[in-house]
Amino acid sequence: MTEGLHTPAELYRRMRLIRVFEETALRLVKSGDIVGGTHPYIGEEAVAVGVCAALADDDLITSTHRGHGHVLAKGSDPARMLAELAGRDTGLNRGRGGSMHAADVSVGILGANAIVGAAAPIAVGAAWAAQRSGSGKVVATFFGDGGLNQGVLLEALNLAGLWQLPVLFICENNGYATTMPTRTGVAGTAVGRAEAFGIPAATVDGMDVEEVRDAAAEAAGLARRGEGPSLIECMTYRFGPHHTMEHRIKLSYRTQEEIDEWRTRDPLDIQGRRISPAIRDQLDAEIDELMARAERFALDSPHPDPAGALDYLYASGLVPRGGVVD
Amino acid sequence: MPRLSYTKALNRALGDELERDPAVCVFGEDIGAGIAQLTLGLLNRFGRDRVVDTPLSEQAFTSMATGAALCGLRPVIEFQIPSLLFLTFEQIANQAHKMSLMTGGQVHVPVTYVVPGSGSRAGWAGQHSDHPYSLFAHVGVKTVVPATPPDAYGLLVSAIRDDDPVVVFAPAGAMNVRDDVDFAALGPVPIGQARVHRAGTDVTVVAAGHLVHDALAVAGELDGEISVEVFDPRSVYPFDWAALAESIGKTGRLVVIDDSNRSCGLGAEVIATVCEEMALVAPPKRVTRPDGAVLPFALALDQAVQPAREQLAAAIRAVMK
Repeated sequence: MTEGLHTPAELYRRMRLIRVFEETALRLVKSGDIVGGTHPYIGEEAVAVGVCAALADDDLITSTHRGHGHVLAKGSDPARMLAELAGRDTGLNRGRGGSMHAADVSVGILGANAIVGAAAPIAVGAAWAAQRSGSGKVVATFFGDGGLNQGVLLEALNLAGLWQLPVLFICENNGYATTMPTRTGVAGTAVGRAEAFGIPAATVDGMDVEEVRDAAAEAAGLARRGEGPSLIECMTYRFGPHHTMEHRIKLSYRTQEEIDEWRTRDPLDIQGRRISPAIRDQLDAEIDELMARAERFALDSPHPDPAGALDYLYASGLVPRGGVVD
Repeated sequence: MPRLSYTKALNRALGDELERDPAVCVFGEDIGAGIAQLTLGLLNRFGRDRVVDTPLSEQAFTSMATGAALCGLRPVIEFQIPSLLFLTFEQIANQAHKMSLMTGGQVHVPVTYVVPGSGSRAGWAGQHSDHPYSLFAHVGVKTVVPATPPDAYGLLVSAIRDDDPVVVFAPAGAMNVRDDVDFAALGPVPIGQARVHRAGTDVTVVAAGHLVHDALAVAGELDGEISVEVFDPRSVYPFDWAALAESIGKTGRLVVIDDSNRSCGLGAEVIATVCEEMALVAPPKRVTRPDGAVLPFALALDQAVQPAREQLAAAIRAVMK
């Protein structure tokens, strides 16, 4: 089990970390410290934390454009993650990846992917390597309801089912592919798609971290025993916009009533009720303190040197020609 | 000395690397049977854990190789058809290629993509006859186009050992080439190192892959009239500009023959760089596929849009005027 995700209080604490991290990021987008905006994960915290709570430290994940929650749930340092969002040299990716590409191999994050569905076959390849080596590792790949319509994800389901690979396909169904409601974009269901490939699948309450964890633990157990992949559809909701730019262009595609109704099922409140108010207050204060330090670390960190803009392009050290040659 | 065909050289290189390094594995369609001959006999030698027949899911198994590479393996992918590179451009150019930079150097993606039979195969028409090496050079994916059996062997070995993604184009027009080869002397050929096949003093002809053999034939025909240096970059990216500068320094004239469409192809890049950075005594020429070429089916039409020896000879004469 991932370090720090054992008890109900720890599950709450990690979700709270993601929530406050995302609120901090929103503030830094507004202040201009984060350029390019973010895809906030607020409302969906129980999915990332529940799944990662069922994984071992050396298990692997792939993430999405809405990936901050996955990265923090798997155990990355929030200060370095925030520094990455602020484009600093101390960031997880040394300021080369940003919000949509956060990767931290040291805690098993193979990367967040900005092309919807594109990480699923990468996860399948990692799972194939795990199966071949007998390492017992499992790989969780996150994607949204929008990803259900990507051909490459269906190809990945086929390969994983065919070769009984240790993959957890985690569908975060937040009801919308950007602005398109799931019901107008998906023929059939997420579960039906998995079952068509002989992959066991279930739909769970994605606002309840313990329900997500229990389903993911069962799937991880199957995978570890060599019994192949599973798909878990987590019904969830993003309380905020698809992307921070949405506020500026004033998109309207959801009713306030719908948003309010989902907010009554805030995953932090659901889990918060399982711990004592005193502990909850203490954890909230801890996280506030931790994020204040993370923010100072990020904003005090140096910007990368433009002379190294294409550093790391080639593993072999090949230096590409410049755009201007004397 | 024994004869080695280009196809056998590739097969031998892959077998040798599978033997040498347990991290090497192969994915592709019909590779167990060895339909393209690249993998002939390898399934029996190395088993299904190393030589993996995949369903027809090119996009998924291309990224699957990326995932396996992130976990320490060195996958080789065989694409039966060069045009599949368009289908998998996302997985190669947008995923595998970008990961090292986007992760700040946390990961490397040592995947080799081999296309046995790239370019025209005569009669395979629009969707089986592309030769998109310029496209990969443009995005910065390491790209090699060997011309001879020893270079095919050596560049495939280097591609597999390289820590970055590498595309290996094995042109259909070169697959039947045979060379007298000392097997003991076969070894890796460094990526990014050109080779002069024939020294000359009047004109440098840049040619890669099967076109090297056309250039050598034309140089032979012109022998006594014009002294042609046949320069084979072997790697179209990275390109050995220093070696080309040396050749141009000697000849001062340049013709490029390039199996790409004309706009933004390798020929365009070679000419642009030479004009910017080197000294020519005459305007350069290039012989390419036409702009926007789609290879038509009928043999005469197919051939009409491929760069030809007569066009090359005419271009060489033109730069000598």
